[in-house]
Amino acid sequence: MNAALETSAFAREVWHRRAMAGNTGPVIVILVAIVAIWYLATFALNAPFQRDLDERAGRTPSFSEFVTETMTQKKPTLPAPHQVAADLYQTVVLAKPWKPSSLLYHCWVTLSSTLLGFAMGTALGIAIAVAIVHARSLDKSLMPWIITSQTIPILAIAPMVIVVLASIGLKGLIPKALISTYLSFFPITVGMVKGLRSPDPILLDLMRTYNASRAQVFFKLRVPASVPFLFASMKVAIAISLVGAIVGELPTGAVAGIGSRLLFGSYYSQTVQMWSALIAASVMAAVLVMIVGLVDRLVRRQMGAR
Amino acid sequence: MATGAAAESVIDISGLSLTFETADGPVHALSDIGLSVERGEFVSLIGPSGCGKTTLLRVIADLEQPSAGKILVNGMTPDEARQRRAYGYVFQSSALYPWRTIAKNVALPLEVMGVSAAERQERVRKNLDLVNLTGFDRKFPWQLSGGMQQRASIARALSFDPALLLMDEPFGALDEMVRDHLNEQLLQLWAKTKKTVIFVTHSIPEAVFLSTRIVVMSPRPGRIHEVIDSDLPNKRTLDIRETPEFLKVAHRVREGLRAGHSYDD
Repeated sequence: MNAALETSAFAREVWHRRAMAGNTGPVIVILVAIVAIWYLATFALNAPFQRDLDERAGRTPSFSEFVTETMTQKKPTLPAPHQVAADLYQTVVLAKPWKPSSLLYHCWVTLSSTLLGFAMGTALGIAIAVAIVHARSLDKSLMPWIITSQTIPILAIAPMVIVVLASIGLKGLIPKALISTYLSFFPITVGMVKGLRSPDPILLDLMRTYNASRAQVFFKLRVPASVPFLFASMKVAIAISLVGAIVGELPTGAVAGIGSRLLFGSYYSQTVQMWSALIAASVMAAVLVMIVGLVDRLVRRQMGAR
Repeated sequence: MATGAAAESVIDISGLSLTFETADGPVHALSDIGLSVERGEFVSLIGPSGCGKTTLLRVIADLEQPSAGKILVNGMTPDEARQRRAYGYVFQSSALYPWRTIAKNVALPLEVMGVSAAERQERVRKNLDLVNLTGFDRKFPWQLSGGMQQRASIARALSFDPALLLMDEPFGALDEMVRDHLNEQLLQLWAKTKKTVIFVTHSIPEAVFLSTRIVVMSPRPGRIHEVIDSDLPNKRTLDIRETPEFLKVAHRVREGLRAGHSYDD
């Protein structure tokens, strides 16, 4: 009896350790907690409106009926997780991906301007960092402006950028990508300035004893030394590129993209659609950051990281 | 000298001073240094910390600028000598580039100097062999022990075959067993390659074991207190450290260090 108890306790211990060993266990625990809190919040937030409805219709539902009602409203204040899941199933799995009724279609529209903006932001960020590292006067003159540029709320500047660009004939992908660029170049610049300056003085001295040129010091020492900094900044930059692309879609009156789904969702109180779009955006952000992380790992392995 | 050639000055220093301007006022790192080193010599600079031995080495390497005095390296100013890649420099830490393999690290100066890929490969092989690191060419620095890393950095300094080797406490961070072993290897290397070596250390046995001449320095201001010629034979093994001749030289160095430095402050 005692032995059996001990074995089962041991088995439980092993199971517990195995479940919590990787990331999966802890992530699932948090996920379950979030869903539980979400359901509670759904009930709490939708209950007042539901009570009004019931009163007006002269209904007196039982408690369990009432709970069900709060979870099945057509335009809920907060949709229940299963409502969002059903909408996601409808728009992601069932809808044809090339039709505007598909969420994947909108994801692709936003993703294209995110990636273009991220690429331009990375290129611009690196270019500014290289200039700053090589000219001390630029460090003093340029850096304050760069920091100021990031204190202006993007929501305020986005419409102006869109309007100005539209007046010179630029519409569609480019203006949205430029908003992404505006946000994403900043972490790249800051990270790369730090990275290009990261080599130990002794390594710079070594290059001096070889009478190396500035270009050689740059490509053989500063650039490889800055790679870890570049990837750390790119992880931040790609996530805010996505934010930039979504914000850029709001004032364009864009008919496609995550931003437009959010906008139209709020016009027509399609809260379920808005939550689906939000979840799509966060999944996209997570996947993009993971891809950058993966490339980071591959590059670092090539560069001899242990 | 064994070769019998006319003595040729590799280093010629006279009246050299270096003052660092700091917030707390000027620091006299070097004061009225005079020293001349001939081809094929192994000269150690020894002294307590703050005596300017590393600074003197850096002046020779054109990594610091003297405030006054004359210095010639191979008959040129240090700047010209550096531009002609007159010397190989070995730092206290191995200063290997972590993202380069050992072979690529040794090839670094050759890449900078525009040596062809085929010749680079050949020289890397030869120099890794010289420091007994054959077979480690594809390893990254972190995969090697501290002593092996330092040997790789010596191979790197030798890769472009400079006639002068400047070494700044290269074995200072290693434990004594490894240090003894590397000292012996360095002597063999010196005999094989006939380089002129200037070696900074704060270890008396190391200085006496390696050098043909020992320059004893003292601090505040950094200056040369005494130059001691070693009459030990050029071919040495670690056993020599037990002989009365060795102990005599070591004693002279210790006396010199004591006389040049007051330990009251």
